[in-house]
Amino acid sequence: MELFNSLFFDPEVLEVTLLSLKVSGIATLISLALGLPVGTLLALARFPGRSFLLTVVNTGMALPPVVVGLAVAMSLWRSGPLGDLRLIYSPTAIIIAQTIIAAPVVTGLTAAALQQLDPRLQFQLLGLGASVPQMVLTMWREARLPLLAALMAGFGSVISEVGASMMVGGNIKGQTRVLTTAIVLETNKGEFGRAIILGALLLGITFLINYALTWIQQRGAKQR
Amino acid sequence: MNTLLEIRDLVVRRDKREVLGIQSLSVHRGEVLAIVGPNGTGKSSFLLTLARLLEPEHGELLWNGLPYKQHSALAYRRRIALVLQEPLLLDTSVFENVAIGLRYRRLPSAYIKESVNKWLERVGLEALHGRNGARLSGGEAQRVSLARAFAINPELLLLDEPFSALDAPTRLRLLDDLKAILAETGTTTIIITHDLKEAAYLATRVAVMLHGHIVQIGAPQQVFSSPASPDVAAFLGI
Repeated sequence: MELFNSLFFDPEVLEVTLLSLKVSGIATLISLALGLPVGTLLALARFPGRSFLLTVVNTGMALPPVVVGLAVAMSLWRSGPLGDLRLIYSPTAIIIAQTIIAAPVVTGLTAAALQQLDPRLQFQLLGLGASVPQMVLTMWREARLPLLAALMAGFGSVISEVGASMMVGGNIKGQTRVLTTAIVLETNKGEFGRAIILGALLLGITFLINYALTWIQQRGAKQR
Repeated sequence: MNTLLEIRDLVVRRDKREVLGIQSLSVHRGEVLAIVGPNGTGKSSFLLTLARLLEPEHGELLWNGLPYKQHSALAYRRRIALVLQEPLLLDTSVFENVAIGLRYRRLPSAYIKESVNKWLERVGLEALHGRNGARLSGGEAQRVSLARAFAINPELLLLDEPFSALDAPTRLRLLDDLKAILAETGTTTIIITHDLKEAAYLATRVAVMLHGHIVQIGAPQQVFSSPASPDVAAFLGI
């Protein structure tokens, strides 16, 4: 209990938690901004190479975070192609890596959500005078519950990943330490009590966020 | 007679296969033209082409005497309304389902409210205005679909087998209602059907489509009593 209290009121834990939420939240929002239009295009448009791109996105949904971390670290390394940006071991580097992890998840699940709708719905909406943006907005609204699931999956894939954050963030105290990398550090130090409490905190946060999103989702389902 | 739509040498291909080849067809303002033919003969492709949802390979479509491409696809589609076999209602209230075409046109909300209520009353669903579209029976949903189309006040109404998924009593009631509404509004209508009785009941003219071609067109009685070829006679069951 003493350990719990000391951690609960520890400003460092608060800082680590807030940074976790910030980088993963921003990465999820960027993934949404990229994944929603690209997923929509892949689901609704017909163009050469569409099946190939869908396969690429679906493969990207299973990208191992350490591989992403390696690629981003090599790119941002001082001698790397983007080394001049001096982003390695910064929160921005973690956001970049997490966006690469979450964007295919959001894109793939957006495409799947829209492909579940009746394919004739596009014709029906256009045949009632919808412009293409109006048609897309209506289809997003129709698929809002699975789209929310896509958002939840995107956030879930990055708030809990450790490999990429460790490799490109460096787990620097006060700068790039997030909950997952802090848990790894405490475990390596043999501080299992601290690691467990940080782990419980991470679980609690993801539970609360997903609970809120599930509540919105289920409220939507009940209104049907 | 005043011609709304004129079609010349229209060819449509889907998956590199010619599905439609119409040499000449005029649609007169205010008429109800039924396109009849067996399944897979290109009727739906024809309707989608008229809705500018399929691009013809070549041919001319004149809308009010002008090539239809003089209008943008959106401006053209805002003058028509499409009703498909499945009502495809949105996951929202009956009111919003009927309002959707008007909202796309950004019409004032007072007008939308008045028009939607008028059409819900006209199709006998005013009591269900708040119910979710997904909770309606097949007949109710198709009524909403018709109200949604008529609320737009289209110059051309395109109906693609709107009653084929309904049971017989529901279909008959809807047919009666549709016939009355068409008589009231005078909306130029093209209806696709493979039900000859439905065509005879609703249409002022019937066109028989076989293998993507219109092989006979005329008043229902004339077509049904004097088929132009053995193929037409076989389709009509004569």
